[in-house]
Amino acid sequence: MKNKKSRLNFSSGVTSVAASLICIIIGLLVGLVILYGINSENALDGFSRIIKGGFYLMPKGIGTVLSQTAPLIMTGLSVAFAFKTGLFNIGAAGQYTLGALGALYFALVLHMPWYVCLLAAMLFGAVWGAIPGIFKAYFNVNEVITAIMFNWIGLYAVNEIIYRGALGNMYDLKTTKTYSLRNVSPQSVIPDLGMNQLFKTKSTTIAIFIAIAAAIIIYIIINKTTFGYELKACGHNKEAARYAGINEKRNIVLSMTIAGALSGIGAGLYYLSGVAEWNPQVSTALPAMGFNGIPVALLALSNPIGVIFAALFVSHITVGGGYLPTKYFQPEIADVIIAVIIYLCAFVMLFKGVVINAVSGRKKKKAENDPTDNGADGKEADA
Amino acid sequence: MFLLLKYTLLYAVVLMLVALGGMFSERSGVINIALEGIMAIGGLAGIIVLVLFGGKMPAAALVLVSILASAIAGVLYSLLLGFSAITLKADQTIGGTALNMLATAAAVVIVKAYNNAAAGGNGSASSKLSYSNTEFIFNAGPLTYNIFLIIGVILLIVAYVFLYKTKYGLRLRSCGEHPQAADSVGINVYKWRYAGVMISGFLGGLGGFAYIVPSVSTWNFEVGVTGFGFLALAVMIFGQWKPFRIAGAAVFFAIFKSLANIADATFLSNLHLSKNIYDMMPFIASMIILAFTSKNSQAPKAEGIPYDKGAR
Repeated sequence: MKNKKSRLNFSSGVTSVAASLICIIIGLLVGLVILYGINSENALDGFSRIIKGGFYLMPKGIGTVLSQTAPLIMTGLSVAFAFKTGLFNIGAAGQYTLGALGALYFALVLHMPWYVCLLAAMLFGAVWGAIPGIFKAYFNVNEVITAIMFNWIGLYAVNEIIYRGALGNMYDLKTTKTYSLRNVSPQSVIPDLGMNQLFKTKSTTIAIFIAIAAAIIIYIIINKTTFGYELKACGHNKEAARYAGINEKRNIVLSMTIAGALSGIGAGLYYLSGVAEWNPQVSTALPAMGFNGIPVALLALSNPIGVIFAALFVSHITVGGGYLPTKYFQPEIADVIIAVIIYLCAFVMLFKGVVINAVSGRKKKKAENDPTDNGADGKEADA
Repeated sequence: MFLLLKYTLLYAVVLMLVALGGMFSERSGVINIALEGIMAIGGLAGIIVLVLFGGKMPAAALVLVSILASAIAGVLYSLLLGFSAITLKADQTIGGTALNMLATAAAVVIVKAYNNAAAGGNGSASSKLSYSNTEFIFNAGPLTYNIFLIIGVILLIVAYVFLYKTKYGLRLRSCGEHPQAADSVGINVYKWRYAGVMISGFLGGLGGFAYIVPSVSTWNFEVGVTGFGFLALAVMIFGQWKPFRIAGAAVFFAIFKSLANIADATFLSNLHLSKNIYDMMPFIASMIILAFTSKNSQAPKAEGIPYDKGAR
């Protein structure tokens, strides 16, 4: 019995990866078709630039990919962690925005060292994440709606605070952005241990290692602790969890708070890298880094370790999109590819079912009876 | 005061149209979180017609064609949601989110590609389109109206009659409340859910066009429709999935939304609040209202649950 079970789990893991790869391949093909539609002569050149991503411009490109991956891992973890509790954290963008405020406030006004700023970013993000959790648990408001509303409230509030200087002077009239971190508070920049020299960039710091460490910690919390088990139980069946004596309201709030904290750290990693400034006049759209956490989490099927690789892939493609020659193509084509991939991920579990049935036709009956493989519910994706 | 009325009417019609769209989709059992994206695509289609044919067609024909283009584009785009949510039984929230992201990205790519081609391929990368909107606006008395006001009132009445006074409305509603029971009396649940989603695409696309065109003559597609689709979802919930209540809720939200537009020109400027504060207001108002109304919400019982014939 035990042997059979582990074999099923193994094939489930393999098919999960296969399903994600199918999504990626179809998404890339759609991108190729779009490139052909816009300019057929240069389509293959453009496509190869997207595929090569950071490798197109060595070594600077790789450094850029690494520095963009770090915050993306955090927002991806944020979404993935909430998924485990059956919650869809579309508010990562707002939590990220608040995290940016926390990091910049502690750095530019209070001149704190970088780890304190990072903790502040975490705290600010956590508060913004807790709000949808509270609304969900105590007012029965769908967390998606609350999170979206608070994304916009957070964006306008942060713009207002930074522009008006409500918390102290952060806004540089000359550049119409927040002050440059390297000039005002160099101790707040995350150390790079010589990586900037190695990759000839300005933004590659140890952030990537912090993010990977966070992914491992989240993996342990979800899979190896009682708390993680309770969260997953709430995600699978709220009523059953309550019946088993789990306080599901507290768990919903806690899960969203932790998700918010993760997004906040992501913003800290980005805005403390030394080259990123917040522009309250231009930032009228929510930061894409928050929304890109969603495809990362979906692509990884909410597995924290998978998030690392999914984030690497998404920033690889986005950086590649940036290398498209603007004379013929638009860098947003990379966003289209990512959006197509999430659309496909919405029914990725269906592909998974198809693959399982195709691979093990005689085990079909068993797979249908097994609730973990009967994947109509993509939200509680369990890798 | 006239200014407040002008903007309130402008926004109320948009919110009402889109919220009615959301209502049809949810009443049939499909959560349509993609309204934001549908609005962006509808607005894009209508504006492309204006840009391409502006001045080359009689005014009335241009108005008609552009409005139809926006609605049809909305329907076609909503089919993507229907395909994933109904046929493939995928998670409706994730599918809708993907479509929102796709809509903004695709709109920017299309507009930039068009601008680049129009400028002779010199690498122009503007994501803005300019157009003439005079055909849509007319004056009566001290107020400026737009054509969508009339369309909105007509569609509100049509929506009410369709939903509550025809057998088709009853069939659609039954699919959102208890699809198994509907199926047992011979109603094709999949077909009616597709109908609900397509009607929401029609109204959403139209709403996106109605949001962009009457108020400004240049639109930057990088911002999509600035969260209006989500606001419409809040209007729908506040309106308890009922047409006339939705209309009332839309007016209420529109007043908050309008305050930002009139703040500089009226007595409100004495308060010295910045635009950011006013921009926050509709969202804060909707959260307060949702907190108080969601406990006893009358949401369609089967919304968000993919219909599976074999399920018990």
